[in-house]
Amino acid sequence: MQDFGAAFGAAFRLVITLDPDLVEIVGLSLRVSLGAVLAAAVIGLPIGAGLAVARFPGRGVALVALNSLMGLPPVVVGLLVYLALSRAGPLGPLGLLYTPTAMVIAQMILVVPIVAAVSRQTVEDLKDEYDEQLRVLGVGPAGMVATLLWDARYSLLTALLAGFGRAVAEVGAVIIVGGNIAHVTRVMTTAIALETSKGDLALALGLGIILLALAIGVNAAVMGIRRTAGHAAFA
Amino acid sequence: MKRLRLLLFAATLLSPMTNVQAADKFITVQSTTSTQNSGLFEAILPAFTKASGIEVRVVAVGTGQAIKNAANGDGDVLFVHAKPAEEKFVAEGGGVARFDVMYNDFVFVGPKADPARIAGGKEAVPALQTIAAAKAPFASRGDDSGTHKKEKALWKASGIDQAKASGDWYRETGSGMGATLNAAVGMGAYTMSDRATWISFKNKGDFGIVVEGDPILFNQYGVILVNPKKHPHVKVAEGQAFIDWLLSAAGQQAIATYKIDGQQLFYPNAQK
Amino acid sequence: MRLSPELQATASSTAVAARPVLPLRGTGLTVRRGGRTLLDRVDIAVEPGPLTVIMGPNGAGKSLLLRVLATLIRPDQGFVTWAETLPDRARAPRLGFVFQKPVMLRRSAVENVRYALKVAGVPRAERDRRAAEALAMAGLEHLAAAPARVLSGGEQQRLAIARALATRPEVLLLDEPTANLDPGATQAIEAQVKAAHAAGTTVVFVTHDIGQARRLANEVVFVHRGRIAERTPAHRFFTEPSSEAAAAFIEGRLMP
Repeated sequence: MQDFGAAFGAAFRLVITLDPDLVEIVGLSLRVSLGAVLAAAVIGLPIGAGLAVARFPGRGVALVALNSLMGLPPVVVGLLVYLALSRAGPLGPLGLLYTPTAMVIAQMILVVPIVAAVSRQTVEDLKDEYDEQLRVLGVGPAGMVATLLWDARYSLLTALLAGFGRAVAEVGAVIIVGGNIAHVTRVMTTAIALETSKGDLALALGLGIILLALAIGVNAAVMGIRRTAGHAAFA
Repeated sequence: MKRLRLLLFAATLLSPMTNVQAADKFITVQSTTSTQNSGLFEAILPAFTKASGIEVRVVAVGTGQAIKNAANGDGDVLFVHAKPAEEKFVAEGGGVARFDVMYNDFVFVGPKADPARIAGGKEAVPALQTIAAAKAPFASRGDDSGTHKKEKALWKASGIDQAKASGDWYRETGSGMGATLNAAVGMGAYTMSDRATWISFKNKGDFGIVVEGDPILFNQYGVILVNPKKHPHVKVAEGQAFIDWLLSAAGQQAIATYKIDGQQLFYPNAQK
Repeated sequence: MRLSPELQATASSTAVAARPVLPLRGTGLTVRRGGRTLLDRVDIAVEPGPLTVIMGPNGAGKSLLLRVLATLIRPDQGFVTWAETLPDRARAPRLGFVFQKPVMLRRSAVENVRYALKVAGVPRAERDRRAAEALAMAGLEHLAAAPARVLSGGEQQRLAIARALATRPEVLLLDEPTANLDPGATQAIEAQVKAAHAAGTTVVFVTHDIGQARRLANEVVFVHRGRIAERTPAHRFFTEPSSEAAAAFIEGRLMP
């Protein structure tokens, strides 16, 4: 039990003194995970919206596959990306292994299915409402995807938040492709893993508390954005 | 206006990508969790970076993984503690040459309750035989690391087939030293650890050293430059500079002066 | 070749105007759902000019017929032509369609109208001008910047009609537009539709309300059980319907 007290104490001290290592690690965690979510949005939103709009043979199979990919184990993704980026692998010459870029790539792969699956559902719901009206105005499939994505943008934020939650919380992928190198690729989760393996459980827990606070902060910020959008206008 | 802010935000997110290019004088060292967790690198690397201007990026994984990574060319220098495996690595052309750097020793640690009654022992093999006979819980790294290889060799020397008891009193965690120690303390199980990791470990519970001082528990660390003939991208000059420094008086001194609570963790023994 | 702004504007609207959709013609239209025949080999033509009311009891197939003519629904048998050619998406702006429940995009009232103009390929400056014009004609200019979804039901429907008319369609199709509205809003909508018709837009108006049909129709198409029971000029339909079903309906004793 005293570990919890020590944990809060450790977290408090780190935050109050703006411990430079902590600031660096938090900054990198945010940069990597937010970067991954943005990249995943660019890829996942059109896929989700496209799947919501299009009708083709095998669409059911595609949806099942997409939903299943949401459960991709981070450590497996990390391993696959490592094999691709390793010097012995196909993308070795890019020299991306053990860099934050590799971490963004790995987390992006984890997040795309979530963004695509959730946005598909959101867009499909909106499509049911808009479909006939847009068609009668003469909107084609591409225009429909664009309009649905834009009009659903505040609901789609939820998809992105879900993706961010997954990214910032995972350790399996980033520890393999990043190597948890001090000052280079150490993020919150890998730092927690390291402190745990050093037996410094209070510090590890303290970092965990800070990570939680971070996630809450990001979610609160996004909720704030939604509120200013004016809920009534988007009911 | 909104678009400009979005662009600036996106730009700051790209900065992790650019930072990497900026620090181009760095080497990647594949090393082990024991050297990482003991805090050795944090203690000695700044001196090297100051002297040479080269940043050292350490990837700390199990010895088996470190050697595999080095074989793939995902590092410039290999720094582990499994001499037979290291010599094999060099013989197969993965590395240029192997050099002794430092040593420490392994210890057995166990709970205060000491179910197998081995505390105060000075010999490893009889201790293991007693543990096996008593079926006292024993936690193993189980991850093909230097520590694990040593442990397996000791069981062999004891004439005991410990693998048969896996899942019973012999518990293979498949993890690094720290995680294994956490598990051992949590389970009340004996385990073998390198002294450095044990001394710096912060979750000892009521555990203490039960067996130490046996010459068979000697733990040698070696350093190898990854072979540029096999992996042309290896940073030969910088990697060699690091190896030279480790073996030099300055490096050896830095290793010797690293202490926790007044205890020296590693003993330099590079060949003169 | 650089055109002056006036010529450019005319050029774009002429380009769209050059491709008519009338007459809307349905031949042998049949729609079946769940074993029931909802439209039964219907032949119908919508010629330029009149305000035509399609009337009939609930479930007769009126809305379905309108949707098939607008190519929102594909018939199981039969086909639709626009100006004797196969319908195509490019000509959609020449056909305005208003649903029973208005669908408002999540943006302001004027943005809704601009959207329709954008889809129709109208250039930006002219879009803004025509959108403002459309709102003014509907008496909604004071709500231009309001989010469309906070407007009242009646205002939303007037906006939907303004949006449909903004692309200057040849024909305006309305599917029971006042079914959910109060008498005041209904009156406003009827006035809006009559004004559009007076300005030259052909109108097809689906309703089950006899009073409304009396107020608006030039001619009545009476639909019953998926077939067109009769098509009669309005002045004769209400006093001397030629079909038994229509007569029963007017007297309020028709079984659907």
